[in-house]
Amino acid sequence: MIDLPKPNPAVLARRDAILAALHTLVLDGPFGQGVIGDPHRLRAYETDGLSAYRQPPLAVVLPTTTEEVAAVLRYCRQNGIRVIPRGAGTSLSGGALPLADAVVIGLMRMNRILEVNYADRYAVVEAGVTNLGITQAVSADGFFYAPDPSSQLACMIGGNVMMNSGGAHCLKYGVTAGNLLGVKFVTIEGEVVEIGGQHLDAAGYDWLGLITGSEGQLGMVTEVTVRILRAAEGARAMLAAFRANEVAGQVVDAIIGSGIIPVALEFMDRPAIHACEAFAQAGYPLDAEAMLIIEVEGSTEEQDVLLGRLKEICARFDPISLRVAETPEESLAIWKGRKGAFGAVGRISPDYLCMDGTIPTGELPHVLRRIGEMSDNYGLLVANIFHAGDGNLHPLIMFDANDPESFRKAEAFGADILKLCVEVGGCLTGEHGVGVEKRDLMPVQFTAAELTQQRRIKSAFDPQWLLNPAKVFPLEGNPALASAA
Amino acid sequence: MSATTEALAPADEAGIVEAVRAAAAARTPLAIEGRGSKRGMLRPVQAGRSLSTTGLTGITLYKPAELVLSARAGTPVAEIEAELDRHNQMLAAEPPDFAALFGHDRPSTIGGMVATNLSGPRRIGAGGALRDQVLGVRAVTGHAEVIRSGGRVHKNVTGLDLCKLLAGSHGTLGILTEVTLKLQPRPEASLTLVIRVADLAAGVAVLSAGLGSPFGVSGAALLPRGEAMLGLEGPAALLRLEDLAQFLPHRAGRLRQELSAFGSVELVEDEASRALWHAVRDARPLAAAPEEAIWRLSVRPSAGPDVARRLEEAFGARLLLDWGGGLVWAAGPATDAAHAAVMAAARAAGGTFTLFRAPDPLRSAVPVLPEEPAPLAMIAQRVKAAMDPEGILNPGRMRG
Repeated sequence: MIDLPKPNPAVLARRDAILAALHTLVLDGPFGQGVIGDPHRLRAYETDGLSAYRQPPLAVVLPTTTEEVAAVLRYCRQNGIRVIPRGAGTSLSGGALPLADAVVIGLMRMNRILEVNYADRYAVVEAGVTNLGITQAVSADGFFYAPDPSSQLACMIGGNVMMNSGGAHCLKYGVTAGNLLGVKFVTIEGEVVEIGGQHLDAAGYDWLGLITGSEGQLGMVTEVTVRILRAAEGARAMLAAFRANEVAGQVVDAIIGSGIIPVALEFMDRPAIHACEAFAQAGYPLDAEAMLIIEVEGSTEEQDVLLGRLKEICARFDPISLRVAETPEESLAIWKGRKGAFGAVGRISPDYLCMDGTIPTGELPHVLRRIGEMSDNYGLLVANIFHAGDGNLHPLIMFDANDPESFRKAEAFGADILKLCVEVGGCLTGEHGVGVEKRDLMPVQFTAAELTQQRRIKSAFDPQWLLNPAKVFPLEGNPALASAA
Repeated sequence: MSATTEALAPADEAGIVEAVRAAAAARTPLAIEGRGSKRGMLRPVQAGRSLSTTGLTGITLYKPAELVLSARAGTPVAEIEAELDRHNQMLAAEPPDFAALFGHDRPSTIGGMVATNLSGPRRIGAGGALRDQVLGVRAVTGHAEVIRSGGRVHKNVTGLDLCKLLAGSHGTLGILTEVTLKLQPRPEASLTLVIRVADLAAGVAVLSAGLGSPFGVSGAALLPRGEAMLGLEGPAALLRLEDLAQFLPHRAGRLRQELSAFGSVELVEDEASRALWHAVRDARPLAAAPEEAIWRLSVRPSAGPDVARRLEEAFGARLLLDWGGGLVWAAGPATDAAHAAVMAAARAAGGTFTLFRAPDPLRSAVPVLPEEPAPLAMIAQRVKAAMDPEGILNPGRMRG
C-alpha cells in the first residue's frame, strides 16, 4: 500500500465549520448535491479507476460554475486545506484518490456544451462534459473530437486535459495536448484566467501545454476549447495474425517504414487473444502468438488501396491468417474483441492491474520475452495489449484482491515492468498518468535534479502544495508534505 | 542587434553548464543563441556576452521505423531535413526558414527551431504545432543543471511536461542542448487548388470549406494580392492536398466541385505546389523592406478578414494569411502607430500578436507580445525564477 501524508489534525477538527463554509460557497441543486459531508455518501468518492486504493475525503463539493470552483479554491488556500480535483473518477493511476483531510472538487455537474463553431472548427465545453459527449454533439455534422481513451463514454474532458489522455487513434491525430485551443484555468488563489482562446498558438510561454497533463498539480480547469475535426469519408480494419511476437513486431516496423500511417495499429499477445475471443467471440485466431488490428481511413477506393498494400506487407511475414473487413460491420467485428479487452480479462481473473508504460517499438519482442519470464517468476498471468504504432504497452496483470500476497506480488510485477520500460528507453506512463500508482517509481526515470526542477514549477503555481498533493512526486523531498508518512 | 562583445561557443554540453555556472555566479547575463538566425525576433537581449550552441552538432539517434530523431541543439535544420529526405520522411511541423525574412544567410538550428516554436502551414492539422512534435529535450537551466524532459517515445505523460514549457520560451528558461522529434512520412504527391476569390472574407470561407471537408487538407492559405509565381494579381485562396499520388485526382475533383461557387479553381501540382508552400511557409510574399516591421497575429480564422481590413486601413499593411485565415502576417512601417493598430486588432479579435521583426528602436520600446493577465504574470515571474534564479538567460528577450 502506498504512503499518504498524515492528515492535518487541525483541519480534521474543523470539519463541521469547513462544511458549513462550503455550503455558503456552493449552491445545492434540486437534490441537495452541492456539498457532501455525510460519511456514507462520501464513500462514493473514496476511490477512482484504481480501486485497490481507497480513502474517503473530508468533504466533496460539486460546483456548477467557475465562480464556485474559484470560491472553494480561495477558501481552501486561505485555510490551508488540501484539494483533490475530480472528473468522472476513471483514472487508472489513482489521480483522483482523496486524502482524509482534503476537499474533493468534482466537475460532473459542469456538463454543458457552450458553443460549437464549424467554420472555425472548435467547441467550447464545460470540464464535466464526457469525451464522447463532445463527438456526439458534432457527429451529425460530420465532425469529431479526436482523442478517444477507452473510457470515453464516462471520462470527462477536464480529466482528459489534466492527464493528457490518448487513445487508440492518436497515432494519426495526436493526444489531448494537440487537440486543444484554450482552457479556463482557476489558480489555487481562486483567480480565473483564460489561457489560449479560439486561435492556434499563444504568444509567450506555452501555459496550455504545461497545464495539459499536469495531473491537477498546477490548478483546475473548468472550461475547455477543443479542436473539432471533419471525419474522414470512412474507415475499415484488417486483422493479421502471426506465429511469434518478434514477427508481428517486424510487421509494425515494415508498415511504418513503408510510409503508411494507419489511424490505429493495435497489437495483442496470445493470452490477450484468448481472453478476448472467449469473451467476445470475435473470430480471433487461437493458434496465433500475436495479432495486429490495423485500421485505415479514406474513401472506399482509398481504403481498398491502403488495405491492399498492408496485406502485401503482412503476407511477406508468413501470417497465420489475414482478414480484411469488406464492410463497416466486419470492421466492428474485428474491433469487438479488442474493445472488450478489459472486460474480457476481468472475466477470467477476479482483479487485474492495467499497466501503461511506453517503449521504443523496436524493443517489443525483447520486452514481451522479459514480461513472460517475470510472469513465471511471480506466478501471475499477464495479457499484453499494445498501441503498437506509438509504443504504448498495456500489460494486464491478473491477481486476486482478496489475497494480500497476490496484490503485493501484482504491484511488484507491475513495478518491474515499468522499470523495464525505462531501461529500454521508454517511460513509466504513456497515457494513464503517474498519480499515486507510479509516484514512487519517478526516481527510476528522473534524476534528483530533474525531479527538483519539476517540483519548483509545481511550487510556482501552488506554493503551499495544496493541489492534489501526494501524487506524481515522491513524498520525500517535498517540503510541504514533510509531516507525511 | 544586441551589442554583444564576447561570444562563447562551448564544444559540448558540459561546456554550456560551466559557462552558465560562471555567469550565474557573476550574475552576468547571457544572450542564448544557436547560429543567430532569429536574433532579430522579439526584443533585443540585454547582455554583453553571448552563449551559443553551435559547438553541439550531429544527429544522435534516427530510427525511421519508429518515426523518431534526436539531434544536438546546434545541428542545422537543413542538415536534418536532408537526412530525413533520404528516407522519405520529414519534420511534421514544416518549420519555416526565415533567413530571407531577416535578410541574412545564417542557417537555423534545430535547437533554435524548438526554442522559438515556429510552425509552418501544417500547423492546422491536429497535433500540427512544432511543440506537439517535441518528444524530448535535454536542457541546461539557470541553476547550471542538466535536465531532461519527455524522452524518445511517442506517448509519454510522465511528470510535468517541461518540453512544452521550454519550446517557445526563446532561451529565457533554459538552454536546449539536444532535442528529440516525432517525424512523419513525406507524402508521395502534393497538389494545390488555387481559387480566385472576390475578397478576403470569401477567401476565408473557401479555406473553411476546404478544412471542413473530409479530404485531409494539409495547407490553407490566402494571398490577398495574388502571387507573381502564379501570374495572379487578385486575392487567391490556396488549399493543399498531400497523399499517395493516386488519391489526389479524386479528392481534388470533389473539392473543386464543392468550391466552384466561390470562384474559378486551378490546380498546381508537384514541384510547383511545393515551391508555393515554401513561399507561404517562409512568409516570402510579404516582401518587406529592411526598414519595415513585420507582425504575426493569430486569431480565430473567421476573424482574419476583419483584422486584415483594420491593418490595411490603419497603415496600408501588406498581408499574408495562413492556417485557414487565422494566422495573419502583416508588414508595414515600423512606427508606434502601426504597432498600436496591431495590438488593437488582435485584442478586438480575441487573439494574440507578436512583433516578429522590427528595427531596434521600435522593438526595444514597445511590448512585442500581449500583456498577460495579472495572476498569470505573477506565475510567470515565479516560473522564471524557478528555472533561472539569477535572471541571466536572455534577459529582455520576450518582455521589457
